[in-house]
Amino acid sequence: MKRSWMVFLLFFALLGFYGTGAAKEVELIGAGATFPYPLYSKMLDTYYQEHGIKINYQAIGSGGGIRQLTNKTVDFGGSDAIMSDKDLKEAGAPVLHIPTCAGAVVVTYNLGGDPQLKFTPDIIADIFLGKIKKWNDPRLTAINPEVKLAGTDITVVHRSDGSGTTAIFSSYLSKVSSEWKEKVGAGPSLNWPAGLGGKGNPGVAGLVKQTPGSFGYVELIYAFQNKMAYATIKNKKGNFIKPSIASTSLAADTALPEDMKVDLTDTDAAGGYPISGFTWILAYKEQDYAGRPEEKTKALVNLLWWMTHEGQKYAEPLHYAPLSKAAVGKAEKLIRSITYKGTSMMK
Amino acid sequence: MPAARSKIRLHYKWGVSEASFRKILYLAGLILLVLLVAILFSLVVAALPALRQFGFGFLIGKTWDPVRGEFGALAFLVGTLMSSFMALLISMVFSLPASIFLGEYFPHGKVSGFMKSVIELLAGIPSVIYGFWGLFLLVPVVRALETVLGVPPQGVGIFTASLVLAVMIIPYAASIGTEVIRLVPAGLKEAALSLGATRFEVIRKVVLPYASSGIFAGVLLALGRALGETMAVTMVIGNSNFLPTSIFSPGNTMASVIANEFTEATGNLYLASLIELALVLFIVTTVINILGKLIIHKMSTRK
Repeated sequence: MKRSWMVFLLFFALLGFYGTGAAKEVELIGAGATFPYPLYSKMLDTYYQEHGIKINYQAIGSGGGIRQLTNKTVDFGGSDAIMSDKDLKEAGAPVLHIPTCAGAVVVTYNLGGDPQLKFTPDIIADIFLGKIKKWNDPRLTAINPEVKLAGTDITVVHRSDGSGTTAIFSSYLSKVSSEWKEKVGAGPSLNWPAGLGGKGNPGVAGLVKQTPGSFGYVELIYAFQNKMAYATIKNKKGNFIKPSIASTSLAADTALPEDMKVDLTDTDAAGGYPISGFTWILAYKEQDYAGRPEEKTKALVNLLWWMTHEGQKYAEPLHYAPLSKAAVGKAEKLIRSITYKGTSMMK
Repeated sequence: MPAARSKIRLHYKWGVSEASFRKILYLAGLILLVLLVAILFSLVVAALPALRQFGFGFLIGKTWDPVRGEFGALAFLVGTLMSSFMALLISMVFSLPASIFLGEYFPHGKVSGFMKSVIELLAGIPSVIYGFWGLFLLVPVVRALETVLGVPPQGVGIFTASLVLAVMIIPYAASIGTEVIRLVPAGLKEAALSLGATRFEVIRKVVLPYASSGIFAGVLLALGRALGETMAVTMVIGNSNFLPTSIFSPGNTMASVIANEFTEATGNLYLASLIELALVLFIVTTVINILGKLIIHKMSTRK
């Protein structure tokens, strides 16, 4: 009996040593938004192949990413939404928002024959508010004269879970409809006035594909890959823009603030798609916290530099819009401002 | 005498391990109780901000608005109870006959073995798969039914969720019901038969009343399963945060809301409200279980 106990103890002790022994190299942990997960997955894997540093990213949602960064359990967070003042207060120290790519939210629908429909912002808001209930509403037929719209009911589909996609979409609706802003507001989870909820982008896409006469919103990639019909939307400058990687990049072609905490929805850019947004990596400005070693900061800074420069070439094949030159310039300044014990990590 | 001494030593060994065995059992029971209390305690502590803010109004509040910080659980409470009880009623149409079939008519043999395996297989299918099956196969069928009935043909809704739940909980009621029916004493049945009762009358007047408390226990287990089911329900219930107006309208359940919104919940009040929802679900399940046990007790002491 005694001998078998000793064998067990020895076994576990060896396991323990093995575990700690292998953690000699720097490893980074990140968590957050699901929207850029395919891109980050590819980028981080490639970075590991090229530089030998392992980075683990958990796609638990923008809210989760912000919370984990505040709890200092991760090295960086990922978020589609800008941290609110309340979030920043809880974090306690300045948090940098470094953009990595941009994405677009498209409105998709299920109508026989997949006609290419045009929408204006107020129509979209009123459909989601439940005010426009049928496809042959006069406002819809007015801007789509060449399409024959039947009198079927519009079944609105939204997200049942909290998401950055909803945050971008609702931020757009709040800007273009004062009624929406008052009744519903913007955020990752909303009190939707109408419609059914689907879980995740795939859930919404699935519901729209199945339900005739449905109308929902998904990330551009999902509409592309599921070959769903999506709408052309009138932007602020009055142009009807079809969502694409090009028009998403163009949406960022406006005055960008230094801290890059900019909401790209309802953009001023003439050729820009109006429901676009950046996704950011969040990191503390001063990296000397919770006993972090300097190597980790150096590794993080190098990773962020790579993601905004060499890593950008992986964006387009995966249907993400890469950062414009202006955006990369601002990102460089932000990365240079990351300090460890007050000294910048990258000159 | 060496033989007697070794016998005494053997008794002594059994005596010692008997006491320590009992101690281990008590300890195991105590750990379970402590675990339960700890879960309850941690739920209450984490939900304190919401409890303080909303008080009793949380249970009757109809609005769930994360943007404005107004949280009310009524729509989810109603959705949970509606879908679970409907699922129970639908499942009993299948589980009760199955219990009688397997307990009374074919208690042994190849047919019985096969049917029992099929029913147990139903219990083993992961709930996500039930959700997918419901979403892709059941929803179009329900949508066709709704078109015929003149109801908005959305396909998803409380009715669809109840159907999916009903299939999921059939095995729980059926397997317990089968065992209890099989355990009805043969003497009782033979006495009724000898008095001239038909087989159907024996089942109605002897077997079912005798097994009623056991069948009800199986029903209670099935209900408990239905109340807490998350994944299958969230895929087919429509996720609409309004009070359901009919059985075909979309709705939401407490478990589904928690699963959907927990990861993205920023802000203490939002999180605390979600945890308070979990607390409400915990209490509802406990209350129903206690009521159920009381009914079982009453049914079995009526004999």
